[in-house]
Amino acid sequence: MNLEINSSRPSARRLWTNRVATAGMAVAVALALIPVGLILYYITKNGLAAMSWGFLTEPTPFTFRRPGGGFLNGLIGTAIMVALATAASVPLGILAAIYLEEYGKRGWLAQLVRFFSDVMTGVPSVFVGLFVYTAFVLPFGFGAIMGAGALAIIMLPIVIRSAEEMLKLVPLELKHASFALGASKSQTVLRVVLPSALPGITTGVLLAVARAAGETAPLILTALGSLKVTTALIGEPISALPLLIFDGARNPFAAGQERAWAGALELLALVLIFTLLARIVAARSKISR
Amino acid sequence: MQSQAKPLGDIAGGIAPVPIENRKGVGRRADSLFSVVAALSGSLVLLILAFMVLSTTNTALPIFRAEGISFVTSSDWHPANGDYGILAFIYGTLVTSAIALVIAVPISLGIAIYLVEVAPRWIKGPITYLVDLLAAVPSVVYGLWGVFVLLPLFLQPAAELLSSVLGFIPIFAGPPSGLSYFGAGVVLAVMIVPIISALSREIIQTVPDDDRYAAYALGATRWEMIRGAVLPRGRAGIVGAVMLGLGRALGETIAVALLVGSATTINTSVVRPGYSMAAVIANQFQEASGDHIKALVAVGVVLFAITIIVNIGARLIVWRMAD
Amino acid sequence: MNPSSTSSTREREETGLPMVPEAAEPVEEHKTSTSAVFTIRDLSVYYGGNIALKDVSLDIRPREITAIIGPSGCGKSTFIRCLNRMNDLIPGATVTGEVLYHGQNIYAPDVDPVAVRRRIGMVFQRPNPFPKSVYDNIAFGPRINGFKGNLDELVENSLRAAALWEEVKDKLKKSALNLSGGQQQRLCIARAIAVEPDVILMDEPASALDPIATVRIEDLMQELKKQYAIIIVTHNMQQAARVSERTAFLYTEVDEETSNRWGILVEHGETGLIFTRPKDKRTEDYVSGRFG
Repeated sequence: MNLEINSSRPSARRLWTNRVATAGMAVAVALALIPVGLILYYITKNGLAAMSWGFLTEPTPFTFRRPGGGFLNGLIGTAIMVALATAASVPLGILAAIYLEEYGKRGWLAQLVRFFSDVMTGVPSVFVGLFVYTAFVLPFGFGAIMGAGALAIIMLPIVIRSAEEMLKLVPLELKHASFALGASKSQTVLRVVLPSALPGITTGVLLAVARAAGETAPLILTALGSLKVTTALIGEPISALPLLIFDGARNPFAAGQERAWAGALELLALVLIFTLLARIVAARSKISR
Repeated sequence: MQSQAKPLGDIAGGIAPVPIENRKGVGRRADSLFSVVAALSGSLVLLILAFMVLSTTNTALPIFRAEGISFVTSSDWHPANGDYGILAFIYGTLVTSAIALVIAVPISLGIAIYLVEVAPRWIKGPITYLVDLLAAVPSVVYGLWGVFVLLPLFLQPAAELLSSVLGFIPIFAGPPSGLSYFGAGVVLAVMIVPIISALSREIIQTVPDDDRYAAYALGATRWEMIRGAVLPRGRAGIVGAVMLGLGRALGETIAVALLVGSATTINTSVVRPGYSMAAVIANQFQEASGDHIKALVAVGVVLFAITIIVNIGARLIVWRMAD
Repeated sequence: MNPSSTSSTREREETGLPMVPEAAEPVEEHKTSTSAVFTIRDLSVYYGGNIALKDVSLDIRPREITAIIGPSGCGKSTFIRCLNRMNDLIPGATVTGEVLYHGQNIYAPDVDPVAVRRRIGMVFQRPNPFPKSVYDNIAFGPRINGFKGNLDELVENSLRAAALWEEVKDKLKKSALNLSGGQQQRLCIARAIAVEPDVILMDEPASALDPIATVRIEDLMQELKKQYAIIIVTHNMQQAARVSERTAFLYTEVDEETSNRWGILVEHGETGLIFTRPKDKRTEDYVSGRFG
């Protein structure tokens, strides 16, 4: 028997397989990074070329052919609808998370809510739009409230599940300290548990906001889109940045396409700011822990 | 010890003890009120889901009644004549999603395994951040970029190459178009890579180090260790991750609407234009009225049913893993 | 659920547990059983049907430190958590017997556990300040209890009483998590004092602290007992001997057949007597370090 240690080295074939597999992984990473680079490069380049002060402050002209103008109508619409959706979904989502973590726990109702919140994050957003259309737009007409409702439904399960994860991290000792001081359950939850989990919950909310701001399909069915700058909440259609980008991408005229690029830059910047804020909040809360 | 502390109210000097006084009714009621409000908020998710199904199905009911089973078995979609058969859209949704998975799954797994098992520490953060960035890009931005950048740069040449080399196989037959099942599938792949890779990464991270050491101790190379110890352990979880990516691809709307080519017939060749369920809703809604709108809602109901089945399956797999 | 009364009577006879506290040598003049802060009778605790603590009867006097000692797993923490109904927070826990707080049974059906905890302070094994400022930590209890008065003064007095004022008076608005472990624990004591209890329960308050911080806590307890009854659970017999006037020894009984374990009170009395002339063999073995 050969006891020389090198004699038990893996065969050349095995070593080559190992190398090929490692190279394959590097290729996979590269294949994913190429689109990242291409998207950032072209959105920045084409977006900046069409970007101007006027783009940020003027509404969309009445034909795609005409150059100039901007997406102010969409920016205002997006701001209104995302703000309303956040105002509706965040309190409800946090309350639901409190229910799951502090009251329902492993009970059947809580498990059901948990499961279907997860399922709800996978419901196509266009279907959420169809729902709001059939249930509310048909009787009441298109409008900001309708768009906000659809966005709120999309945000709700994201807020619930991320907030629950954060509530879970609050140490039991803090709750006990609060109870031992004579705090009731609701006082403990609202004054100790919630503030302790707040940075983490903020992170989840910011990510949900970023997701909602980029949604297009549900808004087609609920806000419809408009060339007018409006702040009406109900009774008339309203625009949003993604809707205007979608229209710009579908039309054959250079002026309209240029506006779409500038709009994409504006929207991507907004979304990335929220994503970045989320990361900063998350990182800072880790340090303070 | 500085004990110049002033006496704290009545407690100093053994004054008559204060009896325990129950909270006023308000305090207790506030407590139970709060728990009820929280439980209602939780149940809201269930109510919304149920209401979603009821409201859309109710609107679509006349179409389901009129078309019967041919709604999903026919590919005649002529709203002007009142013909609503959505087989071509179902086909397109499935084909684009399948193409997306074929491309995205190996890439996502490669990234996930690389990040957990191979990558040096300093490079993990930046790569993770950049791949996660793909998840943050709105789908309409993917659509715009796909149509004006990726189409001339890659999709059209690739479609042409595929059909000139493999054109003898029907699924790659020409004349090739970048605006096709293939074009939509490629962009979908870019969109679901961050989802599948992030979830698989988490799952691979949960494989205990002991399993890795056990494989190494038997003389395995790194790749043999990954194949023998890591992947089998994580298999169910990775399947769940892939199914969640599939769920996202099935329901993705805007990018597909811009890239799939908007042909309402079934094309055997993946480099020919087609349609998907979500895309037809987004593209035709603004021009539709009457029964046409109801038919689009009906398309949405079928789409919902398909995605919900995939999602529940995925969640059950992931949940079983977690327990 | 009713604990067998025969066994509890036998227990008392065996351990010489006094039916009334006067049977022990009076430490202060003028003690009657009604002046006891706590009068505990036949207290048993069950977790999901399994008994964890059996038939404890004990009196706690005002302005004294009572130490609860015993081997680990004997139910010391379970016992002390009965005194402010913290056990109510554990699902499946049931308590039988009586805990009279100044004559009022805190387990009576009409008593609200939240109200009980407002009268009885508690300090935990590990310092657990809220992730808030020093000031807000102290002010938490008074605020939730609807305190109307000079909150600044109350915060200062509570911190002075916990011998922490001089160290933190310039950083009241800073996060309490920046304090050292010993400071955090004194902050927790100050926080408990701020709701103006007359008893403070301490569950191994120094076990997570270094020796110097431990000495400061023990010194503080000597100051605090001028105003408060203190009940301290400790696994450290030297600590019990150093700080307490009275000591109660709990011990684990095992059912050989089912291997169920539960805690019982073996004996209690003046600390000096418990450590020098214990009546029970098990106490003697424990305090002389033969097991535990």
